[in-house]
This record gives sequence, structure tokens and C-alpha cells, in this order.
Amino acid sequence: MSSVAVATGSNGHEPSYLDYKGKHSGILGWILSTDHKRIGLLYLCALSVFFLVGVTFGFLMRLELISPGRTIMDPQTYNSIFTLHGVIMIFLFVVPGLPAVFGNFVLPILIGAKDVAFPRINLLSWYLYMLGGLLAVISILLPGGPADTGWTFYIPYAVRTNTNVMLALLAAFTLGFSSILTGLNFVTTVHRLRAPGMSWFKMPLSVWSLYATAWVQILATPIIGITLLLVAVERLLGVGIFDPALGGDPVLYQHLFWIYSHPAVYIMILPAMGVVSEIIPVFARRTIFGYKFIAFSSIAIALFGSLVWAHHMFTAGMSNTSQFLFSLLTMLVAIPSAIKVFNWIATLYKGSIELATPMLFVLAFIFLFSIGGLTGVMQGILSVDIQVHDTSFIVAHFHYVMFGGTGFGFFAALHYWFPKMFGRMYNRKLAKIYFWLLFIGFNILYFPMFIMGWLGMPRRYYDYLPEFYSYHFISTIGSWILVAGIILMVYNIFKSVFKGKIITDKNPWGGETLEWRIDTPPIHENFTEIPVVETDPYQYKMNEIEAEKAGSN
Amino acid sequence: MGMWLFLFTELLLFGGLFLLYSVYRFTYADQFHLAAKELNTIVGAFNTAVLLTSSLTMALSIVAIQRNQKLLSIVLQLITILLALFFMVNKYFEWTAKFHHGIYPGSEELLSKQPGEILFFGLYYVMTGLHGLHVLVGMVLIAVMARMTQQGTITHDNYVRLENTGLYWHLVDIIWIFLFPLFYLIT
Amino acid sequence: MEEKENKVSNSHSYSIYILVWLALMILTTVTVAVAGMDIGRFTVATALIIASIKAFLVLSIFMHLRNEGKTFIIFVIVALFFLGISFVLLFSDYSLQAGL
Repeated sequence: MSSVAVATGSNGHEPSYLDYKGKHSGILGWILSTDHKRIGLLYLCALSVFFLVGVTFGFLMRLELISPGRTIMDPQTYNSIFTLHGVIMIFLFVVPGLPAVFGNFVLPILIGAKDVAFPRINLLSWYLYMLGGLLAVISILLPGGPADTGWTFYIPYAVRTNTNVMLALLAAFTLGFSSILTGLNFVTTVHRLRAPGMSWFKMPLSVWSLYATAWVQILATPIIGITLLLVAVERLLGVGIFDPALGGDPVLYQHLFWIYSHPAVYIMILPAMGVVSEIIPVFARRTIFGYKFIAFSSIAIALFGSLVWAHHMFTAGMSNTSQFLFSLLTMLVAIPSAIKVFNWIATLYKGSIELATPMLFVLAFIFLFSIGGLTGVMQGILSVDIQVHDTSFIVAHFHYVMFGGTGFGFFAALHYWFPKMFGRMYNRKLAKIYFWLLFIGFNILYFPMFIMGWLGMPRRYYDYLPEFYSYHFISTIGSWILVAGIILMVYNIFKSVFKGKIITDKNPWGGETLEWRIDTPPIHENFTEIPVVETDPYQYKMNEIEAEKAGSN
Repeated sequence: MGMWLFLFTELLLFGGLFLLYSVYRFTYADQFHLAAKELNTIVGAFNTAVLLTSSLTMALSIVAIQRNQKLLSIVLQLITILLALFFMVNKYFEWTAKFHHGIYPGSEELLSKQPGEILFFGLYYVMTGLHGLHVLVGMVLIAVMARMTQQGTITHDNYVRLENTGLYWHLVDIIWIFLFPLFYLIT
Repeated sequence: MEEKENKVSNSHSYSIYILVWLALMILTTVTVAVAGMDIGRFTVATALIIASIKAFLVLSIFMHLRNEGKTFIIFVIVALFFLGISFVLLFSDYSLQAGL
């Protein structure tokens, strides 16, 4: 077999982390726990709820847009709904999502550690996440109504509107702080807690991705922190930093906003790419192609991603030179992403493909992310963006990357690590059914948006011209198919957590990374003995060759 | 390592404000010069000296605990807090003097000025205000450290907490090192 | 153990801190004096250079950066790089407004 010297004997005596009895019991044992695995599950519970709320808002939006004019709500409500959809999905699902749930659960195990570097700060991150979510919910319920500024809070409207912008700002600020602490924790963990023998280039690729993500979380998030703080100060105290009536520059707000929010999309996508790199070798039974290229591309994406923010502002009134410069830089950022895609596909080539559910989601990711990424490059071209900015084309693009990319990556991770996390298996037949519902529904929902955006349909518009009617109609039907898939998925996962078939197999998928050598579900401290790592991860082909040699000797 | 990473977030937090400052200073250079005349360079320089000295006493308090000179370390920490307090009192007088002249966010006096001047004071209050908040937090943290040193939680072979607090304090000092010339020395 | 002893011996003396403090005081005086002089376009640059020297002293001596490993120095450079590149790219929009 492999030559990793691992001393994780099967442990019949120690309870799993789910049954572990620490200082507190019952629910306190969960919400006061500093166990990274429990914290990961706490995030999963909360995240799922917020995700479903976000989906509901999206569903309602599509319902409104099925025909021109008023369908089920008035324009003010529509403005608030798309604002909330954006705020919830971005700050409460896509940005925290993979790092907070799967990063937390799996990162320490992947590097052979017992927990993260700062377990209590990890718990604090979750508390802050919950507080941020609570503040967002309160902003919906209090009089004044939910914010109607769009999730981007552009000045001057964000200062002038009478809706509950302050609460929304406070929510976003708190969530940002949560994100920063997670990033801080992960960087320290990767530097300080790797098991003996695990050099940087023996780390699994999802660790590289989470590491690059953590840096962006640390460096970029404070910028939006201060920007949102300034909007709050402008609303509260009349300090007119961005207000043109007071000499301020509203375009400068946009600059500051996007200096974070562009890198933020790399916070969203990098962990998902890490998951893809993790899953493909397992279900192609081949070692990953171009390990170092994929590892370095994660760093490159984080780096280049901080150079391109103003491509969100091409029509805002920037100087010509600046437009040109940012368009050029945007072309660069596609390169490391493309490198990853080529390496993944090369890994599939001549592999022994098993189309298990995690693999289906990963293949869908590659397809959907490629469309999203390529349309991103299209938008990066200045002359194209002048045409499509603020149209449905953009909406389709970012849903392809954030939902088709990160979303499907999240689902892939969920279906991959589910058995390890819960010691049970979900209904795999049902999973394949809703996979197809999700994939087909997704494309029917979003692809028409490319076309109608190209033809001029603006985004965030409540009403539209009759010529766009058929696109909207098809798109809304797609949303129903997608939602059907989501409902089935939630049902399957939720039911299987409690009633799924129990499995004790340490390695149901045949993976080669450290989490597949420990108990299912893991014990409290993950390992009975910290492993000593001697080989690279993803050693499939190597193992086959060695087995052949051993057999022929 | 964790504290250093946290300090980077503080650096970027204030960094965003410095970004704003630099763009507006570039756009409204003359009006910034004009507005800066309201600030008292002597008081600013004096406050700078006070804060730099507090950094010294903070650093020395760590040497003291390394050398197992517990009482000296506590005294130095307390002096750091006193110097910080002195800084804040000066700040208080500076701010109230301006309020007295009618220069505060949203005031009629301020709004009647040119845009560059309004921006200067807006940035002045936000940046020195945020900085002052950090000074206050630092004072509390150092007080906690002093108590821990006195109680024996911080000792000559376990003083990481004090070291981390020191790092935080030095960053607060560094931010002021840049704030001072940008607000007080452009006349 | 050995590492800690090295660290202690590096920061064991009071004198280096007092020396740095003196340097900081002198630099502060210099920067105030220079501000009184009329050097036109170089005012901002000079002030920032002196401030950077002061910050460097605080960073490397008071904050013990020079005693830490390569990793921390790289960290600081990365953070400063991110801030720096934001400045540069932001100014591409503002300093060239005339090119509109």
C-alpha cells in the first residue's frame, strides 16, 4: 500500500466528536464548543438557513419578473428584495461558506493537526457570524424597511434613503470581522500546525486554496470595513467624505468598495477550486496533474485579483487611462484560473472515472465556471463592458461563477465529506436526481440572461419591455426546476444526517488524504497519534505501480 | 503570529483612510493647506513626542519582565498608560477648541467653507477619532496586562501577552507617526 | 530553549530602545523644522520619507521584527505591497483625470 506512516489505530473506545462529552453537555456542548468540527457544523446549520432565505428571495424576484409590470409586488419591495438577496447570499453564504464550514471541519485534519491555531477565536468567528445574520434579519423587520440600495450601498443614495441602511452596514461590518478572524486563524494554522513531514508541497491542494483565501480575507476585508464605517458616519454625523455636496467624490466610494469586493470574489471561488482539486483525483483515480502549478495559481489568483477592481466601474466616470489599465490587468487574472482548469482536465484524461455525486458536482463546476469565467474575460474588455455593464449579462456572469462555481463547489464538498462528518451516507440515487435538476434548472434560469443582457435588458429593473418577455419567462421556469432540486437536496441531506445509513468505513470513497485515514466520524482530537507524513497527497497511480511491483516480486 | 496578522488588518483599515486622504489632498492641495492652519503644530508635535515615549516605556516594560524585574515592568506599563492618557487629554482640548470655533461635522461654519476644507476636517475628525479610539482600547489592554503582571500570570518566561499588547501599541504609534505630518505639517 | 535564550539576549538591554527613542525624537524635530521651510513639490515626499524611517525603526526594533524569522518579514512586505499597489492603481484614476 502507501508508505505514509500513520499511527491512527482504529479506536473502539473513544467516542466520536459528535458524542464527545466535554465540559458542557447538551446544546451548550455545541454552542460553547471550541472543536473545529463542531464549529464547522454550527456554521453549516446557520448557513443553510440563510441560504434558503436567500433562495426564497431569489425565487420571489423571478416570480415578479415572469411578466412585465407588477406581478406580485410593488417596485419598492422589489428593490429591497434584490438588496437582501445580494446581502444574504454574498455576506452570509458565498463568502463565509466553504472556509467556515469545510475549511473549519477539514483543514486541521488535512494537515495532521488536532485543531486550528486559535480555537476560541474560531468560536468567536461563529458568534460574530450569527450576530451579523441577526442584524441583517432585524434590518428587514424594523420600521423603515429593509435597505433598498442594492448590496453595493452606492453613495449618494445609501446616505439619502430612509430605509434601515445603518443596520445593514453594521451587519456587513460584523460579518467582515468574522471573516477576518477566520482568515487569521487559517494562516496561523497552516504555518504552525502542520504534522511532521508535511512540507508545503506535500499539503493537499485544498489547503493551498484555503491559505490563499485566508490572506485575501485578512488584507482586503478591512478596506470594506472602513468604507462601510464611513457611510455610517456620513449618515449619522454628516461627515461628507463621499458626498458631492460637500466636495466628496462618489466614485471614490466605488473605488474603495471594490478594492475589497473584487478580491472578495476570489475569497468565494478559491476554496471551491480547492475542493475540485481534492475531489478529481479521488474519482479519476489519478494523481493530480501539475500539483505545483495548481498550488502557485492559487497564490497568483489572490495576487492578481487585487489589481483589477475598477473593472466594476468602467461606466462610472473614470479617466481613460485608468479604464485602459484595469482592462489590461483584468486579462491577466484569467490566466491562473485557466491553468487550474487545464490541469483538472488533464487529470481526468486516461483516468478511471467514477461518476459519484461529488464528481458530478465537480464536473458541473468545471463546465459552469468556464462559462462564467470566459464571460468575465469578455466583460473585462472595455468596449464590451460599456455595452453590457448593469445588464442581465453581468447577472448571468456572476451567477455562473458564484453559484455555478462556488455554489456547486459547496454542494460537491457537502456530498464528499458528508460520510466523514456524520458517519452516515445520504441517498445516492436521489442525489443524482437532484443533481440533474440543479444543473438543468441552473442553465435554464441563467443562460437566457446572457442573451437578454446582450440585447439590452438592464439589471435591477422591476419592469421591462415586451421584447424581453420570453427570456424572462424561460428564466423563471428554470428557477422553479432549480428550486425543486434545492428542496430535494435539503431534504436528502437533512434526513440523512439523522436517519441515513450508518457507515463506519474510514474511507468510503478511496481517498488518499489524511481525513480518510481517521475514524468515521472523527474522534474529538482527530488523531490518536499525530501522523508522520512521508509522501505526496493523491498518490493513486503511484500506489497502483507499487502494488504491481509487490505483486510481481 | 496571530497578533501580527491582526495588525495587518489595522494597517489596512487605516490604510483605506490614508487612501482617501491622499486622493483628496492631491485634488484640493491649496484648500488642505488653508484648512491645516487651524491645527496647532506645537500641540501636535508634543503629542507625537508623548506617544513615541509611551512606545519606549512599553518596549522597556518587556525588557524588564524578561529580566524578571516585575515591579519595574509594572511601573513602566503604568507610565505608558499615563502618557496615553496625556495624549488623549491633549486631543480632547484640541477637539473642543475646534468645536468652540464652530468647526465640527455638519456645522454651519464648516459647511460654509470650500469643499477641500470641509473634506480636510471630515478626514481629520474621522482619522484622529478612530486613532483615539484605538488609543483608549490600548490603555485598557495595558491596564489588564499590568494587573496580570502583578498577579504573576505574566512572568519572565511567559510574557507573550505583554509582547502582543506591545505590538498593538507600537502600531497605534506608527499610525500617529503618519497622521502627524499629514495633518499638522502641511502649512 | 536555545531559541528563547537567543531571543532574550537579542532584546536584553535597555539601551538600544533608548537610543532608538532618541533617534525618533530627533527625527520628529527634523520633520517639524523641514515643514517650516519652503521646498515646494518635495514637502509631502520629505515628510513621508522621515515618517517612514521612524516607522521602520519602531517596526524593526520596538516590535522586534529584525529578531523574527524571514516569514514575518515577508508577511509585512506582502501587507505593505497590497496597500501600496492600491495607492498606485487608485491614482491612475485621479492623477490622470486631465486625460478624460
